[in-house]
Parts: sequence; C-alpha cells; structure tokens
Amino acid sequence: MAFNIIKTGTPHHKAMKFSSMVLVLMIPVFLLTIAPLMGEQREFVLSKLEQPLYALIVAVTFTVGLLHFKSGVQVLIEDYVHGKMTKVWINLTIALSYTLIGLTLFALFKIMI
Amino acid sequence: MSMGNFSKHMDDFNMSTSKSDQRPLSPHLSVYKWQLHAITSILTRITGNALIVGVILFIGWLLAAATSESHYQIVNGIISSWLGKLVLIGSLWALWYHSLAGIRHLIWDHAVWLDINKSRLLGWFVVFGSFALTFVTILFV
Repeated sequence: MAFNIIKTGTPHHKAMKFSSMVLVLMIPVFLLTIAPLMGEQREFVLSKLEQPLYALIVAVTFTVGLLHFKSGVQVLIEDYVHGKMTKVWINLTIALSYTLIGLTLFALFKIMI
Repeated sequence: MSMGNFSKHMDDFNMSTSKSDQRPLSPHLSVYKWQLHAITSILTRITGNALIVGVILFIGWLLAAATSESHYQIVNGIISSWLGKLVLIGSLWALWYHSLAGIRHLIWDHAVWLDINKSRLLGWFVVFGSFALTFVTILFV
C-alpha cells in the first residue's frame, strides 16, 4: 500500500493547506449568511439562495469543504485501515465526496433556474 | 490494540528486571496519562470526520428546499426536532473546533509556537475558543 502513497505527500499537504485557508475565510461567511436560513420558511430560503452571491457562498464552502474532507479521511484510512481494504475505503470516500459536491451544485442550480 | 496484545506487552513489562525497563513501552490507552496536546490532537480528527453528518443534513435540507414544499416540511421537521437541533449545535461546535485547530496547524507550519508552553496555550485557545464561538454564534446569528 505504501507504494501508492510515495511522492503524493507534498501535493496532499499543499492541497490541505490551500483548502484550509479558503475554509477559514468561508466558514464565518457561511455561518453569517447561510446557516441562519435553516429552519426558516421555504419561500424566504429560496428568495435568498436564488441570489448568485448566496449560491456562490454555498458552492465554494461545500466544494472546497468536501475536497478537504476527502483528503482528510484519506489520511485517517491510511492510519487505521491496512491491507487491501485501504484502497477500497479511500475510493468509497472519494465517491461520497464527489457525490455530495454534485448534489450540492445540483440543488443550487435547481433553485436558481 | 487488542487486549491479547496488551497483556502480552504487560507480561514483557513485568518480566523485565533492569530498572531502565520499568516504564510503559508505548501509549497503552488503559495506562496512558491523557494530556491537553493528545486530546486536542485527536479531537481535531474526530470533529473533522464527524462533520460529515452535519454536511449531509445540510445538503438534504438544500435538496428538499430545491424540490418541493412537502419535501421541505419533512426535512425542516427533522432539523427542528431536538435530535436535529442537537446534531446542528454539535456540528457548529465541531466546525469551530476544527477551524481553530486548523489555524493552529497553519501557525505550526511556520515552525513557530511549538515549544511546550506556547503550544499548550494554543491548545487552551482551541478548546475555550470553540465553546466561546459556538455560544456567540447561537446567541447572535
């Protein structure tokens, strides 16, 4: 398994650094603008999420956030799962992450049109 | 670490006669003295991975809002229940905790604040900061 990870450590670290810096900026913005919408009436929620700026905040936060999640869980799996199952779990994590990114963008697109 | 392995190690430990061997070999969780650095480190991993629950809940809510009023009512009912609120407030704390712990790593990446006193200070900053910011967010946002 280790042979698959050789020479990918530095790009992995750089990706985590970049995504974490984006998220440090996006999380407070998300908490101030989007999070308070949870629990509100649907019409009010849609009137906000129709606006490109609100949709962009959700899209950036969740795309970058889920890519950060993907790489973070990869290290978790590499630490605790050994043998042939390592790659299976990592691939499942990648699939879950991209599916959730796709669903987020799909929902935003559906609201905007 | 299985109990079988653990007792094997403890046997090695008890059988050793030399004085320099009279110490634990590695962090055996049952005899390990937990400290701030270890707890704040593992909590970073736990909060980061557990946030997927809150993320899935949010995306479900977003999809329901995009779909129809009846779907939205169902998901809104879930997030307004006591369990839903518990998950959301827990996610909020996890989000702040993981963010502050991430900032701590960004600081450490510059090879500064790594000595015991300053890194301990950063540990308490992460713990108290996460609760303070969660409290402030619930109150004002």
